[in-house]
Amino acid sequence: MTVEAPVFEETPPQVEPARGAMDWVRKNLFNNWYNSLLTVALAAFVIWAVVALLQGLLSADYEIIRANLRLFMVGGFPADQLWRPWAATYCWAVMFGFVGGSLAAAARDRATEAGLPYVRTTFRQILTRYWPILVLIVVILSFTTTITPTLLTVGALAAGLGSYYLGRILPRAVRRWTWLIVILLIAASYVALAGFGGVGWQGWGGLQLNLFLAFAGLLVAFPFGLLLAMGRRSSLPVIRTISVGYIELVRGVPLITVLIAGAFAVGFLVPRDVRPGVVTRMLIAIIAFEAAYIAEVVRGGLQAVPLGQVEAAQAVGLAPWKTMRLIVLPQALRATIPAMVGQFISLFKDTTLVAVLGITELLDATFIVNSQTAYLGKGLFVITLSFAALVFWVGCYTMSRESRRLERKLGVGER
Amino acid sequence: MRVLRAVIQVLAGAAVLVILYVLWFNLTNNLRAAGLPTGFDFLTQPLGVDIPGSDISPSAPIWRGLLNAVKNTLALVVVGIPLLTLIGVLVGVARLSTNWLVAKAAGLYVEILRNIPPLLIIFFVFNAVVLRFPVLQESLNISDLVIVNNRYLAMVGLTAQPNFGPFLAIMTVAMIVAAGVWWWRTRRSEQTGEHHHRFLWALGVFSAISLIGFVALGGPIGLSRPILDGRALEGGYTGLAAYWAVLAALVLYTASHVAEIVRGSILAVPRGQSEAANAIALSSFQRLRYVVLPQAMRIAIPPIISQYLNFTKNTSLAIAIGYAEMTRITFQLIGNGQPAPQMIFLLMGGYLIFSLIISLVVNVVNRRMQLVTR
Repeated sequence: MTVEAPVFEETPPQVEPARGAMDWVRKNLFNNWYNSLLTVALAAFVIWAVVALLQGLLSADYEIIRANLRLFMVGGFPADQLWRPWAATYCWAVMFGFVGGSLAAAARDRATEAGLPYVRTTFRQILTRYWPILVLIVVILSFTTTITPTLLTVGALAAGLGSYYLGRILPRAVRRWTWLIVILLIAASYVALAGFGGVGWQGWGGLQLNLFLAFAGLLVAFPFGLLLAMGRRSSLPVIRTISVGYIELVRGVPLITVLIAGAFAVGFLVPRDVRPGVVTRMLIAIIAFEAAYIAEVVRGGLQAVPLGQVEAAQAVGLAPWKTMRLIVLPQALRATIPAMVGQFISLFKDTTLVAVLGITELLDATFIVNSQTAYLGKGLFVITLSFAALVFWVGCYTMSRESRRLERKLGVGER
Repeated sequence: MRVLRAVIQVLAGAAVLVILYVLWFNLTNNLRAAGLPTGFDFLTQPLGVDIPGSDISPSAPIWRGLLNAVKNTLALVVVGIPLLTLIGVLVGVARLSTNWLVAKAAGLYVEILRNIPPLLIIFFVFNAVVLRFPVLQESLNISDLVIVNNRYLAMVGLTAQPNFGPFLAIMTVAMIVAAGVWWWRTRRSEQTGEHHHRFLWALGVFSAISLIGFVALGGPIGLSRPILDGRALEGGYTGLAAYWAVLAALVLYTASHVAEIVRGSILAVPRGQSEAANAIALSSFQRLRYVVLPQAMRIAIPPIISQYLNFTKNTSLAIAIGYAEMTRITFQLIGNGQPAPQMIFLLMGGYLIFSLIISLVVNVVNRRMQLVTR
């Protein structure tokens, strides 16, 4: 039996060809009376806001930022030791460049093996992806008073670019050791800051401290989070209860209460002769807090692994821990990458909370400079807080766009 | 294998108990060594600190200060949640508007607010906006309806007049009658097939009875205008400037997250649903009201409720600008020499109760949603 396709006599919906700017305006701004009204009102507001913003930006005196830029970036780091943060910056630039390069090379090799065309990322794409960071660098450099920081920044960008190409051309045998190079470079950046008469993290501040607390907090919390997530899915009731209890207790309270506990109550819970510094206590509090959130992120990843995978592993006779390590975790952790970036973004924003306990991170620095005698009572909060807002916005916005891109690329949520 | 499982569990349980015991041992020892109380008896001691915006004196017991703090946190939560829902849904829908300018403006709002730390927004609203309002003596007064200065913000409110009690009774009766009308319209619609219009009917009946009662009792609810009396504001709906700053900042911040959820949920409704609605010739309003929004809501409600939880937890950031909610009072009392472990225990317990209530709501909602889906 053949089924005849229904025949539509009607003309297909008319797709109006684009007829220039006027047509676009009519269709997208004035297509009915209330949209026209909305457009006019909103346009008036937007024009007013832009004019007010430009006036404010152009007439403002940025002396307060120029004079305190070092405080904002690295807190109370000694002026004669500033080569240390720069050296650390170079380590990270090289690391990011190298990782980017070897990831690109890996993608190229995979495409070649599969016989697929490899589309190289164009310079334009890089620019659309990372323009906020370039804007931020330019803004920060415009507040410097000497030429040295600009030269050093250009040098760091060049070093990053150089290691990107290095990562791309190195043979696969070397590329397998990328993880080791990453660890070495991170360790090197820490040694550059703190080793050989440097300043340990107790003396750090400004943006450097925000980044440190976020990175170190997430990194150290990750193994604990992984254990908690596996504990939550364990078949052993006692382990499960402990994990669930910890996760839900921590997720039920705000971070600031955990930080206050770290500052005031931890001293009561440890023997009297153990007295970690305040930044260390904040870091411990952040790790204890983040572990619970990471556990939930990882649990989401574990749940995304189809049951058939575990069953197939059992069918070929893999031991439980091997099933976990070789089959479940690789797939689960791959699926959690976007959510982990999201977790990093929210932790990066939350590192500002240590300001409440009197630690001079970026937000606190931009706040307290208003009580310097030269600027007291001049109402410069708008300028300094906007500067901090720009820094955080650029970081979080770029990362959230990257995580969305990763999500699409990894195909998370499409299976 | 069974033995191994049992051994592992016993060991894990024992390890946790040992850790808890060591912590407890250190805690009691350290408290005693510091000369601090180990129990909760200190709650009846005098407060010792002044709470701005309340009539609680420093000689009142501590537990009264804590209760007042819970009240202040609730004042943020109860006013904030409806506000942020409203703004979030409006902005989320606006992002999908066919009006290019509206969609872009909503997108700009979401992308900016979502990516800035909430604490920074609070600082900004308080220090860069609210503290720049005129001082108390030169308050901005808009025809006695709104009074603004850098310490208080007051607006006209409602007060109960002598006959308020009877009026409340009449409103209750009106409610019951309206419910009856609702039921009657539903049944009639089922029997005859005509449109029920039950909402309009019930609302009409309720309003009519309430209005008659209102007039008959000679106006049981009156307006209360804020009055600036020397150094204090009285009457109306008055709040500390810090309260409004925290409220505005957190509502704007959380609304940007809600807007994203709303947008995502509307986009998650399959296109075929809209097309089917078009095929049976529903108007664009009917399509939204009866086809798209009910399905989008089912996707959006659980994550929105978890945003309510985030909002509740974020009210603790009010500590930074000195609004006397739970975290602020705890911080102040610890600074004043009260035992930190107990104070923090109470503080965390308070937030856990809030979280517990909200997750109970989530569970109930999820269960109801699951009944609807197949």
